[in-house]
Amino acid sequence: MPRNRMRLLPWIVTPSLVVAIVATWHIVVKVRDVNPLIFPPPGDVGEALVELLGEGAMWSAARVTVTEVIVGFLLAVGSGLAVGVVLGKVPWLEVSVRPLIIIAQVSPKVAFVPLFVIWFGFDMTSKIVLATVLAFFPVMLNVLLGVRSIEQGQREVMRSLNATRGQTFSQLEMRSLMPYLFAGMEVGIVLATIGAIVGEYLGGNDGLGNMVVTAMNSLDAARTFALILVLSLIGLVLFLIVNELKRFFIPWHESVYGLQNRGV
Amino acid sequence: MRDDTTTVDPGVSDAGTETPRLSIAGVGRDFHTRNGVVHAVSGIDLTIQRGEFVALIGRSGCGKTTLLRMIGGLLPATTGTIEVDRKPLWRDGRLDSSAVTKLGFVFQEANLFPWFSVIDNIALPLKLRGARKRERRARAQELAELVGLTGFESSYPRELSGGMRQRAAIARALSTEPELLLMDEPFGALDALTRERMNLELQRIVLETSSTVVFVTHDIPESVFLADRVVQMTPRPGRINKTLLVDFSKPRDVYLQTTPEFNEIVRSLRHELDEEE
Ligand SMILES: Nc1ncnc2c1ncn2[C@@H]1O[C@H](COP(=O)(O)OP(=O)(O)O)[C@@H](O)[C@H]1O
Ligand SMILES: [Mg+2]
Repeated sequence: MPRNRMRLLPWIVTPSLVVAIVATWHIVVKVRDVNPLIFPPPGDVGEALVELLGEGAMWSAARVTVTEVIVGFLLAVGSGLAVGVVLGKVPWLEVSVRPLIIIAQVSPKVAFVPLFVIWFGFDMTSKIVLATVLAFFPVMLNVLLGVRSIEQGQREVMRSLNATRGQTFSQLEMRSLMPYLFAGMEVGIVLATIGAIVGEYLGGNDGLGNMVVTAMNSLDAARTFALILVLSLIGLVLFLIVNELKRFFIPWHESVYGLQNRGV
Repeated sequence: MRDDTTTVDPGVSDAGTETPRLSIAGVGRDFHTRNGVVHAVSGIDLTIQRGEFVALIGRSGCGKTTLLRMIGGLLPATTGTIEVDRKPLWRDGRLDSSAVTKLGFVFQEANLFPWFSVIDNIALPLKLRGARKRERRARAQELAELVGLTGFESSYPRELSGGMRQRAAIARALSTEPELLLMDEPFGALDALTRERMNLELQRIVLETSSTVVFVTHDIPESVFLADRVVQMTPRPGRINKTLLVDFSKPRDVYLQTTPEFNEIVRSLRHELDEEE
């Protein structure tokens, strides 16, 4: 398939699919006469969405949620990068803490929310902590893998050039692990978003997650749907920002280069 | 071709009495492995004069890479001394970094950094030495021209062919104007035609820059084509078996390889290798 037609493809297929899904939704709800309190027709959701977008409270709640996600994400990236690099470079340390990492990784971190609320209160801090904790692991583990994956031949080049440790870090190690960092960040931003919302569901007095709970408690399914759409949109935009950063920072990497130059 | 082409006298060449570029005396290297000690290289004596092109040949596993890595300061020797311009490379078990700065290393793999453009790869050694951006770009640009990469300065390594990558690696090694260029089978991964072209290019570059070169290969005709002196090694432990002066005038062209004189030298070296069996 020619490249420019390949590029157009998502812009045609995605809207068509969305239209098809919404149409099916509408038809199924109408034909089977589903109770709109349980499953509202798309029209109702659209109305609720328009109404929602006009509410100042929604915007300030969105600002709270987005802040939690971004702060939690940035903390996770910073700490995940630092811990990943240190563990990657100090094998005995990584071996000694590996059991701990595995335990922490498999434990259902969302279950800690009540504790986070007790420790950090009902406001943003406890949600930021959950977002950080969730996003930390993919970032850290990918960075660790990245440090381990640096090519021996490239290290030899730096050695033959008499490079200092600092130079080897800045010119080779840091750059070589960027694709791994971004792979971790792409997972991390999604998990940070989930963390903030779940935190607000379970222990919140503010934010979009809290608005979802309120809408649900007043049995307003259309409004709940509309809020979920807003949350999805936020998640999408945040992901696209990370993706754009990746394109900017590692244009040389297959994941970016192949996409731009071969359309694969 | 000269009468003494079959001299079995490893240390000496006839390039005069000035300070040799590289002096190796009694160098050996052991590796301790699970299956005991491996004497990879042992009792190497070799003196290389300024401007000389020396090829190290021998079958796989005879210690060529080990020897070159020791010369390059990437691996300490177990015994013996290595001096660059009469300055020991290692002193009290520590690498003398001022000696290492005189060396340029080209590996079998180009080992370019995929995140740098060709020009930035070539300029990397200068960057590490603190050269200003404009200065190192200008120098890298000259080198890109020298190795025939004009027009590819801003390409990423992934956009180059294997031969072009190796050219970039050579340019990178040349950027610091090394006194001694060490090359470990730099064209080993290339197809025969590209390899032939690269040999011509390398000859031109070496003549233009009057570099001193130690060139490792297992390809006998390649070594005879390029070198002023061919040093043949035999394995277990890796030793110098024979050195041979190659006296054809330079620059040499590809048709040299069809002459009886050329093939006579190739044959004698090959004969020597077959005797090992
Ligand atoms: N790091 C190492 N550890 C153990 N043995 C090694 C190591 N490097 C090289 N050797 C051994 O030393 C010998 C010479 O190897 P090498 O210098 O790579 O030969 P060549 O480059 O001529 O093929 C081989 O037997 C090889 O197995
Ligand atoms: Mg080798």
